[in-house]
Amino acid sequence: MAFAAFGSSAPTTQGQTKSGRVVLALLLPGLIYLVLFFVIPLVSLVLTSLEAPAASGKIGEYVPGFDIGNYSYVVTKYWPQIARSFGFAFLATIISLLISYPLAYFIGVKARSRPMLQRMLVTLVIAPFFISFLLRTIAWKQLLADHSPIMEWAHQVGLLSPSQSFIGSEAAVVFGLVYNFIPFMTLPLYTSLERLDIRFLEAGSDLYASPAKVFRKITLPLSMPGIISGTLLTFIPIAGDYVNASRDFLGSSNTSMIGTMVDADFLQNRNYPAASAMSVVLMGIILILVTWYVRKSGTEDLL
Amino acid sequence: MAGELSVAGADLELIDVRKDFPGFTALDDMDLHIPAGQFFALLGPSGCGKTTTLRIVAGLETPTQGRVLIGGKDITDTKPHERPVNTVFQSYALFPHMTILDNVAFGLRQRKVEDPVAKAQAALDLVELGHVGERRPQQLSGGQQQRVALARALVNRPSLLLLDEPLGALDLKLRRQMQIELKAIQMEVGLTFLHVTHDQEEAMDMADTVAVMNKGRIEQMGAPEALYDRPKTAFVSKFLGQSNLFVGKVVDSNANSVSIEVGGSKITVDKKRAEKHEGTIAIGVRPEKATFHESKPTLGADHVLIGPGEIIDIRFTGVSNQYLIEVPNVGEITVFAQNVGKSPVVELGAKVWISWKVEHSFGLRDLPDGTEDQG
Ligand SMILES: Nc1ncnc2c1ncn2[C@@H]1O[C@H](COP(=O)(O)OP(=O)(O)O)[C@@H](O)[C@H]1O
Ligand SMILES: [Mg+2]
Repeated sequence: MAFAAFGSSAPTTQGQTKSGRVVLALLLPGLIYLVLFFVIPLVSLVLTSLEAPAASGKIGEYVPGFDIGNYSYVVTKYWPQIARSFGFAFLATIISLLISYPLAYFIGVKARSRPMLQRMLVTLVIAPFFISFLLRTIAWKQLLADHSPIMEWAHQVGLLSPSQSFIGSEAAVVFGLVYNFIPFMTLPLYTSLERLDIRFLEAGSDLYASPAKVFRKITLPLSMPGIISGTLLTFIPIAGDYVNASRDFLGSSNTSMIGTMVDADFLQNRNYPAASAMSVVLMGIILILVTWYVRKSGTEDLL
Repeated sequence: MAGELSVAGADLELIDVRKDFPGFTALDDMDLHIPAGQFFALLGPSGCGKTTTLRIVAGLETPTQGRVLIGGKDITDTKPHERPVNTVFQSYALFPHMTILDNVAFGLRQRKVEDPVAKAQAALDLVELGHVGERRPQQLSGGQQQRVALARALVNRPSLLLLDEPLGALDLKLRRQMQIELKAIQMEVGLTFLHVTHDQEEAMDMADTVAVMNKGRIEQMGAPEALYDRPKTAFVSKFLGQSNLFVGKVVDSNANSVSIEVGGSKITVDKKRAEKHEGTIAIGVRPEKATFHESKPTLGADHVLIGPGEIIDIRFTGVSNQYLIEVPNVGEITVFAQNVGKSPVVELGAKVWISWKVEHSFGLRDLPDGTEDQG
């Protein structure tokens, strides 16, 4: 076999099986990774979400079963958190987009003639990743704590009423979410705007379109791929985030999201089936929303 | 200004326009006047500043200095979308996210012209692409995209249409056809066309006036026949057709003519056809105006006679033959001879004399590159 493969007259079919084997060998690590760290945990998650309490009645002990009740339990109990998660994710994604777009446009289009500045700005966008995001969120907790200089100032100028505190509020959580996830919006937007061909914009203005019209009719549709990947890359992780909303960071008991409840059910209440059901619900909703979103934006405007 | 479809062309005036890019002057003191309704060709080699000129007229580039006037109105500071101008871009620049029909209708929609789709469809039909309206630009060949770009600009009937090498990607047959089409449209609608090309045949063929550009300057401007008959610079004489150029000191000058001496031969030009009358000057003649003789002819003072020389190359180009003749101390001379009767008339290596009528000589303002001015 090996002899024939190296022979000068090796038939094509053998050449094909050989290259087929090479492809398989190259794919194997990825496939093993996927099965090990995605398929198996997913199946295990779904199975756990259907488990029933053990007959012993002890906390944290469950037996395999088919208890659909876990799902109705979490949905009825946690619907405010579910709604809040997607509300926060929606809001934080929109705010990130509004902040990122002009920034990415500046870096990707306006700074093109100055490559040094462009590289520096991209580095600045990525820079926060060099520090753990837990640390950075804790730092914000200090900065936004009651009686911190920023808050003193906010009280002075009347942004907050005298007894009001910012930390622990829904606004603080959304602020943290935007802060933590905004690079995931800026970078894809930048990549797509950096490739934007200025000549299309010039052609637009040559064809009587005002700058605003050129933006709406040409720049925006041409940067749609960046907008879609940016919004997905922020919306999905934000919907499942459990750090920012947590009491230990920027939130309070009034700001808990799905992730917070999964965390609580899993680590404190040791209600593994409920936590799993919650995760499956989160995944299901995201899957439905994303499919709908990609369909809607994808077929019409995406090239 | 951009609100209504124009019914006629407007004239364009560039006054003392200069464009500096960092470390590079792309346009230098450009003065240009194109009368309304003219088909004007800007002809020049790649990199001479043609596209830059169009971009300044379209408002996509700000001149470092100088004014731009359209229809007598100073529009130097007017935004591109407010100028009554449309451009056929060298790179086509068709919007990739729109269908061909939407591309063509874009300008009409921006100006809220009635019935944009029907008008766009008619424009597409005109460039024989009526059947591709629903496709995307990426699905068309370069030549098709170029015609769509043409339709997208033409459909707006701007008072001034800028065309940046609009036929460059077309094959010869389609190019000829589109040239005729373009010329017909221009005559019919009476728009002013500023047509940029590096194809001298195209420029001579289509334009009322041709301006030859070189290194950011206009070297010479005029009707195609006049430019061909009497080029005034070495660059124009070589860029527009071919020329034999001779450089020498003026040795003879009377009321009607000046003569220079080159390698023992006297080359004469009518004074009114010469830009310079003293010192070292260059005199030229077109290859088809010269003839050769196998024995030394007896000719009067109304002819220039050079020779003898040796035929060192003969090329057959169909209707005429090109003979390259090496004359000692003078250099190489090209002569075109009609392909009638015996062909070739003479053999390679034959000894010949060259002559032409003095009235066909032209005297240049400058000297060809590489020759020193000793005058
Ligand atoms: N934005 C620019 N920056 C620097 N140089 C430029 C720029 N645009 C054009 N040039 C230079 O100006 C010259 C003229 O360019 P262009 O007008 O495009 O020439 P053409 O259309 O006649 O080929 C070229 O040498 C080109 O390199
Ligand atoms: Mg050009």
